[in-house]
Amino acid sequence: MENKLDKRMKYVKTEVNIDDKLYLNRWKPDHQSHLEIIDPAVCAEKCEGKDCTVFCPARVYEWRDGRIAVGYEGCLECGACRIGCPHGNIRWRYPRGGYGVQFRLA
Amino acid sequence: MPEKFDVIVVGAGVAGLAAAYKLAKEGLSVIVIERGDYPGAKNVMGGVLYRAMMEEIIPEFWKEAPLQRPVVEQRFWLMDEESVVTTGYKGQQWAREPYNCFTVFRGQFDQWFARKCTEAGAVIINETVVESCIVENERVVGVRTNRPDGDLYANVVVLADGVNSLLSKQLGFHDEWKPQQVALAVMEELKLPSEVIEERFNLEPGMGATIEIFGSGTLGLVGTAFIYTNKEHISIGVGALLSQIRQMKVRPYDLLENLKNHPMVRPLIRQGEPVEYYAHLIPEGGYNAIPRLVGNGVVVVGDAAQLVNGIHREGSNLAMTSGRLAAEAIIRAHRMGEFNERSLSHYEEQLRNSFVIEDLKKYKNTSHLFEVNPQYFNKYIPATNMALHEMLTVDGVSKKDKQKLILQRLLNGSSLYSLGKDLYQAWRAVK
Repeated sequence: MENKLDKRMKYVKTEVNIDDKLYLNRWKPDHQSHLEIIDPAVCAEKCEGKDCTVFCPARVYEWRDGRIAVGYEGCLECGACRIGCPHGNIRWRYPRGGYGVQFRLA
Repeated sequence: MPEKFDVIVVGAGVAGLAAAYKLAKEGLSVIVIERGDYPGAKNVMGGVLYRAMMEEIIPEFWKEAPLQRPVVEQRFWLMDEESVVTTGYKGQQWAREPYNCFTVFRGQFDQWFARKCTEAGAVIINETVVESCIVENERVVGVRTNRPDGDLYANVVVLADGVNSLLSKQLGFHDEWKPQQVALAVMEELKLPSEVIEERFNLEPGMGATIEIFGSGTLGLVGTAFIYTNKEHISIGVGALLSQIRQMKVRPYDLLENLKNHPMVRPLIRQGEPVEYYAHLIPEGGYNAIPRLVGNGVVVVGDAAQLVNGIHREGSNLAMTSGRLAAEAIIRAHRMGEFNERSLSHYEEQLRNSFVIEDLKKYKNTSHLFEVNPQYFNKYIPATNMALHEMLTVDGVSKKDKQKLILQRLLNGSSLYSLGKDLYQAWRAVK
């Protein structure tokens, strides 16, 4: 799972702590997930790259104890995981109305 | 008793609000359904809003809308690991009315735009997700929301639900986007005093600049990095095709940190305090990815219709133009009392005759060309830097020898023919 651009990534000195970035935002967390792994067996048996754990810009997905853990509370709602999962194994909905991230600027 | 409107607009972004405003002004009953706490709460944009297309909706909007800075300079950087070749344009014409474009915060602008819609007579409801279109006898007749008794009915539903476009996908208007049809962008707002921004970017008070960065900003991936000046913030971000980010196994926020620490970028943003972090998809499929736009009782506008010109980083202007043209077609249909596909297809005809589809057609192969020929980003940009470096470094070697050396290193084993072919292809793709 190594980053193929590591050599070109000259100016990242230490590992970026994504939580520091997510703390900047305003959140209204729901108690139910809007993201769902359709078949956990596909992640465990068919998916070698576990790409979602890398390309998700909020690091929502982590491979832990033989399964994908989904930290939906920090989701930025971009939709990349739904399109980028090589196995189409993520059911992606919008969070319920009013929940999730609430941007102030941008 | 279900409620019925003339038009339901799904999504309070600039495409949906443009449609809603025009329709309400014409006296049609319009409801806009937005999933965020307020319009703009879920909307992310690099930050450039073009004046001309917004003015076709609200004349002289700049006199009252919450804007950041009129853009008076657009810079383009070809960046390598330790250097940059720069070009751009700065014009005093852009510093006065009617302006060319502005940096904006969508969190503020969309709320203002939504208020204008309300004043014109539209109803806006927030915190509501549309789960599906209600289809009866092969025609869209309304939407189902997540609220109890949340069915709403209308003669026409405008799908302005953004890049993820779940509703038009449900209707079968398009398949799921492919990872090469979207760019994944991450961005931060950095807080800095306005005088510091003006000094660093060489700006008169209140004026703004943009920088588009090609090459090292994305580590050579097909995409761009960008820096935009706001009043008291700098937007800095980086985006690349999702297919490439996935293939290279790179974390998007590592790309962002690398950019922020690049020696060509770092002095511009020094001591900028991060205050918000974003991620968003940008439609990059272009002309070939435009989905079905019209059905019985339904039209698709904005990002949901893949209406983004990635080469010129234009999106909001295409979005609001599509919203306006959709509204005009609906007003026409309303007069005829016919809301089927045939009558609404006036929208598609008008869109095809406008700059929106003309421009997308012009660049229909460009994105793909860059994707399958990454040398444009990861070879020719470093080569341009190398060439300038050699010609401008004075070290006693004759200019003639320098030119030989440059050509040798530029070719680096490949033939002059392949270089010529690449140049010709690039020219064809943008001509």
